[in-house]
Amino acid sequence: MSERKTERLLNLVICLLATRRFLSVQEIRAAVPGYGQDAEESFRRMFERDKEELRELGIPLETGTNSHAHDDEPGYRIARRDYELPEIHLEPDEAAALGLAARLWQSAPLAGATGSALLKLQAAGVAPAPAAPGALEPRIGATEPAFEACLRAVQDGRGLRFTYRAGGGAAPSERQVEPWGVVSWRGRWYLVGLDTDRAAERVFRMSRIVGEVTATGERGSVVPPAGLDLRATAARMARDEPRETARVAVRPGAGWELRRSATATADDPDREGWSIVDVGFSDPQRLADRVTGYGADAVVLSPPAAREAVVARLRELAS
Amino acid sequence: MTGSGTGGTAGQLPRLLALVPYLLSRPGVRLAEVAETFGVSEERLRRDLNLLWVCGLPGHGPGDLIDVEFEGDTITLLEPAGVTRPLRLTVDEALALIVALRALADTPGLSEHDAVDRALVKVEQAAGAAAGAAARVEVSVEGEQRVLPVIQTALDERRRLHLSYHVPGRDETTERDVDPMRLLLVEGRSYLEGWCRRAEGVRLFRLDRVDAVAVLDLPAEPPPGVRHRDLSQGLFRPGPDDLLVTLALRPGAAWVADYHPCESVTESADGGLVVRLRARDTGWVRRLALRLGAQGRVLAPATLAEQVRADAALALAAYAD
Repeated sequence: MSERKTERLLNLVICLLATRRFLSVQEIRAAVPGYGQDAEESFRRMFERDKEELRELGIPLETGTNSHAHDDEPGYRIARRDYELPEIHLEPDEAAALGLAARLWQSAPLAGATGSALLKLQAAGVAPAPAAPGALEPRIGATEPAFEACLRAVQDGRGLRFTYRAGGGAAPSERQVEPWGVVSWRGRWYLVGLDTDRAAERVFRMSRIVGEVTATGERGSVVPPAGLDLRATAARMARDEPRETARVAVRPGAGWELRRSATATADDPDREGWSIVDVGFSDPQRLADRVTGYGADAVVLSPPAAREAVVARLRELAS
Repeated sequence: MTGSGTGGTAGQLPRLLALVPYLLSRPGVRLAEVAETFGVSEERLRRDLNLLWVCGLPGHGPGDLIDVEFEGDTITLLEPAGVTRPLRLTVDEALALIVALRALADTPGLSEHDAVDRALVKVEQAAGAAAGAAARVEVSVEGEQRVLPVIQTALDERRRLHLSYHVPGRDETTERDVDPMRLLLVEGRSYLEGWCRRAEGVRLFRLDRVDAVAVLDLPAEPPPGVRHRDLSQGLFRPGPDDLLVTLALRPGAAWVADYHPCESVTESADGGLVVRLRARDTGWVRRLALRLGAQGRVLAPATLAEQVRADAALALAAYAD
């Protein structure tokens, strides 16, 4: 944006904020320097672009006609109550908390929005305050190329179409999704929504979206179900409800993760110094994921299905 | 995304719209302070101020224009031409702040909860309708209720910590004294950064791997001039001395490329991947290779491939009886 244009737009904002009645296009042309000297047609084009730019910045440009006037053309104004940030006063500890939270997006696409939001709050009189030395600094990345398109679709209430590479080696497939929300879990972004071809709720890992993401449908056409609880969805991802219990013998000092998640621990009667731990699981393969890496330091005793899952992997490697 | 780019002429209009009420609320503020807050050079700021001078209410007579007074290196805004308050938050701006505050509010074991909750209520109120979209974004974080309060106490009182810390690569729990430097929440998990007196270096400790923690009756004394770790490139920065490992991954093990920074990832003819990654210790790769079973294979170095075979044979023997 050139300085001349900035000057024109700033004068336009000041002019429209100062008026209570709607100003016609010709009144605006007369009042705002920078419009006057151009031919009618190029002025109109310029004004259209300027309106668009103000709206993109979030400036609430109101269109209407004054009740007593009989011009056919609508006029413009900016209602102060819609434009102005409401009063906000933060105590020093609240300002410190906000400053700390704001570091979350340091290296992500929302970093710019965070910065401009903090400037607005400071312009409203909020004084920044330093965080305590023991404060926890949050950070999050959003390096997935699909992140911005997914976030935009969620905000706009539009559908999405993309190619998705599901886990387990399935071939990439075309998905049509009504997005409900985005969730960051363990540093990775997920899209939660309705897979319309499968007519079921699905969680998509954004890093597995291949290539371009296309928005579909009208703005506002996607409405998430009432009572959508993204927090509960994130919690479900974190938890693999155990349905069975495996008994695993672990060498002294080894098998930390198994010992830590054990529901019971006992001495192993057959192996000097070893322990037997009970760990919950729902899928023998997932249990094998947790045990096999410990090699000879952790041995599944039961049930047989879990034991066989580990043995099968070891056979592949030993041969 | 809107609202970004505060530095140059691209973000000039939003900057000016914030600058006017900012100056209005801080008569006599130092030029340098304003430049720093707005993330621009002093020269850039002077150009902004010169532009403000020629803008104002229709008529543009002497009393209609924005008026700024310089005195030494301070600025006072005398006439705002009606721009007395900043613009409302955009949807992106409201979302960025509210989601970040909620993530902190949901972090278990954090001591600032009360202030975070109060700030959240106030920001939501100020954002008004723009706050709605924040409900569609959730950042899940794992604090550590057990150890977080202890570590926060040590940081606030600048005291040394003793940690029993699990090192997964070696599957062993180590004992060490650490001078705490800061707490970080990275990729959804919380970490302590501190000067480890055992390793004599700055280390990151993942809090869910802390078995026990105690505040010692000693002051925290990281060596003068010690620097924070640069996390802009992610948590794990492989060093040139780390072992370069080549793995062939079948489709079922493709997640490895998602979870670990790889030097290279190439697709192989059978639909799998060949990845090259750096490992600080071989224990970690041996565990990974065992876990992957037939889904992964160590291609190089050959000695590592042989170790994995031997590990597997030894483990199989334990299942023989």
